[in-house]
Amino acid sequence: MYRYDQIDRTLVSQRVAQFRDQMRRHLAGELSEDEFRPLRLQNGLYVQRQAPMLRIAIPYGMLSAVQLRTLARIARTYDRGYGHFTTRQNLQLNWPKLETVPDILAELAEVEMHAIQTSGNCIRNTTTDQFAGVAHDELVDPRPYSELIRQWSTFHPEFAYLPRKFKIAVSSSIEDRAATFVHDIGLHILRNDAGAIGARVIVGGGLGRTPVIGSVIREFVPRAELINYLEAILRVYNRFGRRDNKYKARIKILVRELSVTGFAAAVEAEFAHLEGGPAVVPDAEFTRLESSFTAPAYETLADADAAFERARHDNRAFARWVEQNTFGHKVSGYAAVTLSLKAPGVPPGDATSEQMDVVADLAERYSFGEVRVSHEQNLILADVRKADLFALWQEARPAGLATPNIGLIGNIICCPGGDFCSLANAKSIPIAAAIAARFDDLDYQHDLGPIDLNISGCINSCGHHHVGHIGILGVDKDGSEWYQVTLGGSQGRETALGRVIGRAFAADEIADAIEAIIGVYVASRRDDEEAFIDTVRRIGLAPFRERVYATPVLEAA
Amino acid sequence: MPRIIIVDRTLQEDTWETLPRDAALPDSGNVIAPLETWRHVRESARARSGAVGVWLAPDDDPAGIAPDVERLPVIAVQFPQFADGRGYSTARLLRARHGFRGQLRAFGEVLRDQLFYLERVGFNAFALKEGRNVADALAAFADFSEAYQASALAPEPPYRRRTTAAGA
Repeated sequence: MYRYDQIDRTLVSQRVAQFRDQMRRHLAGELSEDEFRPLRLQNGLYVQRQAPMLRIAIPYGMLSAVQLRTLARIARTYDRGYGHFTTRQNLQLNWPKLETVPDILAELAEVEMHAIQTSGNCIRNTTTDQFAGVAHDELVDPRPYSELIRQWSTFHPEFAYLPRKFKIAVSSSIEDRAATFVHDIGLHILRNDAGAIGARVIVGGGLGRTPVIGSVIREFVPRAELINYLEAILRVYNRFGRRDNKYKARIKILVRELSVTGFAAAVEAEFAHLEGGPAVVPDAEFTRLESSFTAPAYETLADADAAFERARHDNRAFARWVEQNTFGHKVSGYAAVTLSLKAPGVPPGDATSEQMDVVADLAERYSFGEVRVSHEQNLILADVRKADLFALWQEARPAGLATPNIGLIGNIICCPGGDFCSLANAKSIPIAAAIAARFDDLDYQHDLGPIDLNISGCINSCGHHHVGHIGILGVDKDGSEWYQVTLGGSQGRETALGRVIGRAFAADEIADAIEAIIGVYVASRRDDEEAFIDTVRRIGLAPFRERVYATPVLEAA
Repeated sequence: MPRIIIVDRTLQEDTWETLPRDAALPDSGNVIAPLETWRHVRESARARSGAVGVWLAPDDDPAGIAPDVERLPVIAVQFPQFADGRGYSTARLLRARHGFRGQLRAFGEVLRDQLFYLERVGFNAFALKEGRNVADALAAFADFSEAYQASALAPEPPYRRRTTAAGA
């Protein structure tokens, strides 16, 4: 993975010193709350409902075992012994003390980590495919490009006070696993017909109050011009994005107001001035970045391993886990493993310090010492020999890391919600728990097949509810918590936004409603092969609506 | 008492008067006039002693004064709120695209913790918000000794310098 050079190291340690001084001046009354707010936000520090919240950047989701152990230690020392992995591949600590944050940042800097620009109206952490570099369907490794963008966007002087937050996602595979159509900028790294590498550029996607699927504004930007093209987009947005209303300040609104072609034309006009200029990235820099992401020392293995196949045959629980939680690897004899952070009874995406230590150990013994975080809030060991899968599974199980539910209804994506977040209108974790309890039978989950169920505690949509096959949104009605349900959303290549099925549900109705929805699916699916989302697309919302709102319990409520 | 501002990382007495919108142009003295007033002065070629610079609001297009940058002694950019980042692009365009080489000044809600970025987009003069300690603020220019991007201070991003250093 990418290792810091002198420039990276200097910048991150100077940042710690800068923030320590800003914190000191704030506590001394020299920096007002209004003046301090953007400074602390650009260091990932929120002031939350119960306590401050610190969001630590995990650039494009890549972690070394050493870094993960440091996160475990920080969570243990400065917090309550756990952290929450987010849909943007970051880690949030929910209970640090305000004045200890500079010390936390200093400990992070020692292992080449930081919390820079994980919040605020600036360019946020760049995210990518959790299977980057190993996926069987990958076109080009997106990580060198993600790292290039990380560096360019870090402390960019022109774009630190944008109209609103700005998120970039990079993907380079047949299946889009980085949600590129719902980011401010989505990039698909690809080769053109001549074999040159460049990027397809998607702009103006996003969830939140006004969910929009992004539009392609350029089919191919040569990689040397990628930074110039991004500068052009950001400059147009910085100058012309709305600043009068924060709900209309995201780039998607500007794209809508100018029209996609109008926006693209403005970007091209700006780019015409920048193209060929000093920000052109030389091939040598790509070579340097690529050298950080070389393949580990894979062994030459047969794709099939006899002992693995035997264990799979003899042990049904293991076979189930292999089926759900491993992913095709481009190297023969290897698999990528998803360690589920969605065990029943645990808030989705939460991991204890003990679990982080276990994962770090497993990574060192089975996966070249590297871990990734997925935007679905799980941890990935990307390079495991198939021959080691059984041993790995046996160790992960007692640590609560082997729930075989990836892709199933139990793999709920969920924000921290009203239990922690001061933005939330409603709690989300208890809703996830109530639904998970209804579907705790793993055989039943497996029979139901792939279902993405996403929960957001407010319209900011951190739980990506718009793109869940089933989406749940917490809303505030007259001071109490209600939940709106959408159906038919999806992420990936065929990104679609879910549609609201009807009136919102009370907290104690929601699990019944989801059960009724699943009941309609089971009764209506063509055969065992038809996935939930396909049934929804085929029969529409009406049958679900009829059944859900006809349930006597709900009528009585 | 004249105001103390930062010019080229040193403290100086401000020799310019920044005129508010709709203020009458005095007959003498160096003034920085709002865009509208400055246009009017330029066209009327009114006789007065003292120089005239111009200031731009966040939504003023710097391209509009591009033909005049050679003869403008000072261009100021207003920051009504420090979180309004449009002025950063204005400065970058004036320096990198329109070739302005005179004094480029930030005024309004200009605070210590934004100075580093402001300097990197091309400002070399800073009239801090009233009541702020200007001398203390000088330390902000040393917050970072490196940067990832091309800027007014470093015409090439480090990825070009890194590769040059490597001999590629």
